[in-house]
Amino acid sequence: AERRSCGAMHPPGGPAASPGPAAPPEGAELLRWQWQEVQVPCLVAAWILVASLAKIVFHLSRKVTSVVPESCLLILLGLGLGGIVLAVAKKAKYQLEPNMFFLFLLPPIVLDSGYFMPSRLFFNNIGAILTYAVVGTLWNSFTTGTALWGLHQAGLMDPGVEAGLMDFLLFGSLISAVDPVAVLAVFEEVHVNETLFIIVFGESLLNDAVTVVLYKVFNSFVELGPAHIHAVDYVKGVASFFLVSLGGTAVGLLFAFLLALITRFTKRVRIIEPLFVFLLAYVAYLAAEMVSLSAILAVTFCGICCKKYVEANISQKSRTTVKYTMKTLASSSETIIFMFLGMSAVDTSKWAWDTALVLGTLFFILLFRAVGVVLQTYVLNRFRLIPLDRIDQVVMSYGGLRGAVAFALVILLDGTKVKAKAYFVATTIVVVFFTVIVQGLTIKPLVTWLKVKRSDHHKPTLNEELHEHAFDHILAAVEDIVGHHGYHYWRDKWEQFDKKYLSQLLMRKSAYRLRDEIWDVYYKLNIRDAISFVDQGGHVLSAAKLALPSMPSRTSMSESSVTNLLRESGSGACLDLQVIDTVRSRRDKEDAAMHHVLRGSLYKPRRRYKASYSRHFISPDKQERQDKEIFRQNMKRRLETFKSTKHNICSSKSKARLKEKGRKKASGPIRVPLPLQKNTSLPSDAPNGRTHRNVPWQETAPVLVTVSSDEEESDSSETEREDDEGIVFVARATDEVLQGKAAPGSLDVCPSPCIIPPSPTLAEKELPWKGDQADLAVYVSSETTKIVPVDMQKAWNQSISSLESIASPPGIETGPQHRRFARPVLEKSASQAASEQLSCFQFPSHVSRSSRARSDSSPEGTEQPELQPLMGTEEQGRGLPPTEPRRLALARAGHI
Amino acid sequence: SVSHSQITRLYSRFTSLDKGENGTLSREDFQRIPELAINPLGDRIINAFFSEGEDQVNFRGFMRTLAHFRPIEDNEKSKDQNGPEPLNSRSNKLHFAFRLYDLDKDDKISRDELLQVLRMMVGVNISDEQLGSIADRTIQEADQDGDCAISFAEFVKVLEKVDVEQKMSIRFLH
Repeated sequence: AERRSCGAMHPPGGPAASPGPAAPPEGAELLRWQWQEVQVPCLVAAWILVASLAKIVFHLSRKVTSVVPESCLLILLGLGLGGIVLAVAKKAKYQLEPNMFFLFLLPPIVLDSGYFMPSRLFFNNIGAILTYAVVGTLWNSFTTGTALWGLHQAGLMDPGVEAGLMDFLLFGSLISAVDPVAVLAVFEEVHVNETLFIIVFGESLLNDAVTVVLYKVFNSFVELGPAHIHAVDYVKGVASFFLVSLGGTAVGLLFAFLLALITRFTKRVRIIEPLFVFLLAYVAYLAAEMVSLSAILAVTFCGICCKKYVEANISQKSRTTVKYTMKTLASSSETIIFMFLGMSAVDTSKWAWDTALVLGTLFFILLFRAVGVVLQTYVLNRFRLIPLDRIDQVVMSYGGLRGAVAFALVILLDGTKVKAKAYFVATTIVVVFFTVIVQGLTIKPLVTWLKVKRSDHHKPTLNEELHEHAFDHILAAVEDIVGHHGYHYWRDKWEQFDKKYLSQLLMRKSAYRLRDEIWDVYYKLNIRDAISFVDQGGHVLSAAKLALPSMPSRTSMSESSVTNLLRESGSGACLDLQVIDTVRSRRDKEDAAMHHVLRGSLYKPRRRYKASYSRHFISPDKQERQDKEIFRQNMKRRLETFKSTKHNICSSKSKARLKEKGRKKASGPIRVPLPLQKNTSLPSDAPNGRTHRNVPWQETAPVLVTVSSDEEESDSSETEREDDEGIVFVARATDEVLQGKAAPGSLDVCPSPCIIPPSPTLAEKELPWKGDQADLAVYVSSETTKIVPVDMQKAWNQSISSLESIASPPGIETGPQHRRFARPVLEKSASQAASEQLSCFQFPSHVSRSSRARSDSSPEGTEQPELQPLMGTEEQGRGLPPTEPRRLALARAGHI
Repeated sequence: SVSHSQITRLYSRFTSLDKGENGTLSREDFQRIPELAINPLGDRIINAFFSEGEDQVNFRGFMRTLAHFRPIEDNEKSKDQNGPEPLNSRSNKLHFAFRLYDLDKDDKISRDELLQVLRMMVGVNISDEQLGSIADRTIQEADQDGDCAISFAEFVKVLEKVDVEQKMSIRFLH
């Protein structure tokens, strides 16, 4: 642009490298000192390194960075370094060169802010942003310029300041623009609410067009001299504003379109995808600059508009690359800008101090900014849905920071035409330092003190996404109904247009097909879960915990945490002789459980990683493949769980009814239902047992389905009493599991349906504690669906064995919780004669028969009655209220 | 608190929609609005204008429904809490949205109800299975009492961080 070319052109790194007059070489050389040849890039690298290292140092102390914005620290550092350089080299070197600034340092920052601009928010507030950017900047320039001129006319300034109205207007135009770099640097640390941020930040980006035009127009006016300005020049000035702003935007849109289109075809060259993003955005910047349009606008809009399509087209890895590269570039640019700003300030040769000018400028920019904001807000609030209140206005006025753009522009002034350039430079530096340091330091306390609404960052939830979409549709519909073509109407139109034409044109077919925002959020949530799962993978316990990370997790998480607790507490000292037995069986169970877990989550040996090198492709390495596999597993698992819940839901209503009944009953005497309880709880093992056996947790879903229907059946067939147990049972069943096999249970609990591989181990079949699997299964079933068995026969068998394990002394020893679980079952047997026990079951006769047979045949069956007294006393001693299980559940939730 | 000019404007809109010229709008009158036909939730929103069992809505009813979308003004926030809650309160706005989901009016969004709305809102490219998992996850996210449905309380809770006042308001009805 003109403004850039009219200043002194300094190559960024000092004198160009040119080898000195070559002395005749004294024979062959081993080494040669070639500083000259690498000087420029070497200096650039050195400064970037210094700045980055400084950043690390700043962040060593959390205290400092939480109070002082990084930009302040960098400026101060720059001042210090500048002082050192001045002292060593006797002249100021390494200044912030306007060319370097506009061509290399500014574009990354603008691209970053454009690309990551929350577009919805931006366009929601586009009216306010444009008003502040255009009207506000115009207002600031003219008022500041005129007021300073008035000050000059009043004779308050040093007579050395040779400047007329046009000079002051020129100065006003460059000093009044809010600077995107400074605003971003400070506001990012302040975390005001999004609306406020987007307005200030959007203004700082979009005011570039106004600044460019004003600067150019006044610059040419100054050069022409007041005498030669004609009316037509003013008209030209106005026209050029529209040309520059709209032209810049158009360039940006054009390149956004190109960029999106190009990324559509990069499927086979994924590795250079990120390059296109940077390259085209930069070319957009340069193209706009070349025809002296607003380059900042071009890049901003290029970033905003291309993002949607580019993100859909490029691969996940490219997306990450783009994100990080962009952030890295922007962050280092910002660092260098502030540091060099500090260093530039020590160059006193450019300075000419005038107190009146400096103070006057400071006062006027603050005053007129505030007045401008208040006036504009007053008008805007008449149109805004959510008015900007007083506090917002204060922050907006105070947040109008000036920065490197102003400095670069003032350096670009032609000293021969603008006589007061030295004064302007000094003033600009003071203003920039004042706004960045003083306002930057105080804005945080101010925001806290004023209790400005802060932004609350939270992960998007599926519900929010879904319902907000619904809101959009609702509003669009209401606008249609009232016949008002407002914001929602146009947004709706745009979305339809985008869907119909743009997306089809600019997006890959595959990407387009899969494109849906709700699905995207769902997908992202799943990825997040999967990643956290993978992060914690390896550790079995955590795997168990995270088996259903995104699930309602009230159940799964609580249960597993409880199991953890149990596991920890369960290992307490046991004085009983049987302890050995217990220990052994527990270990065995643990082994079995471990086996399952390993079978499920260990990865098969893989091919050796081939050490192939390719510049064009990054071959997915082992780790990655494993991640993918885990991810796939996780997803599969989730799907299964979803399925099961789905089925659960079908019956949920009737269940809820039953539950309620049960609850009512629960207050009654608990003894009555006990016998039934056994029925319920035992058969409930069955589905688990079964699932477990055929294993495939993939199969769980179908099994569960039948099961749940079965449950209803059984519910209805049996009396309400059973329902009564319904609730209690759930909790107890869990507990049972826990107690029965404290540690291994906890391991297997959640993941058992998922992780356990389809094939039961051979050993397992032979192992006597098969029953323990049933236990596990019970747990699972109760957790997910509260199911009752499908296959009664099997169920009964299973239940018997599980009973055995419960009743077995070792189990009792494991701990208080343990006993609690056993209690219901045993209690039942205690309250009723052992012989009666079976007859009172309301199960199908064959079931009871088989159970009887089983109990006869198994020694444990006889063992039960013997245990009764023990359990009975225990029960009395403990005096557990019937509501206990429910309380437990609450506690669990609390624990989570 | 709707200004006079707005009422006249809405009334003229009302009469222009009223093709039968009988002072009431029927469903057909609404369905004649072209943009509404392509709005995925169009029918649901039309239904929201009609109270139960009615198939006509007069101007008063029309305004009552639209009043839900009036922005909340500052002076309304501080108004005495005793009076009846204004139609444009946050909870009424939410309730309006909630009713769009809740077809059977049992004050719960069941999975099926959610699925229906989802089906309307997402493109055809999403498979039923995917939709189902979205619905499941949505419910699980919101469901607090374990009934596998979203009650209004849960609905409010899950949207507590959303600026409903802004996202369910229209400037025109200021």
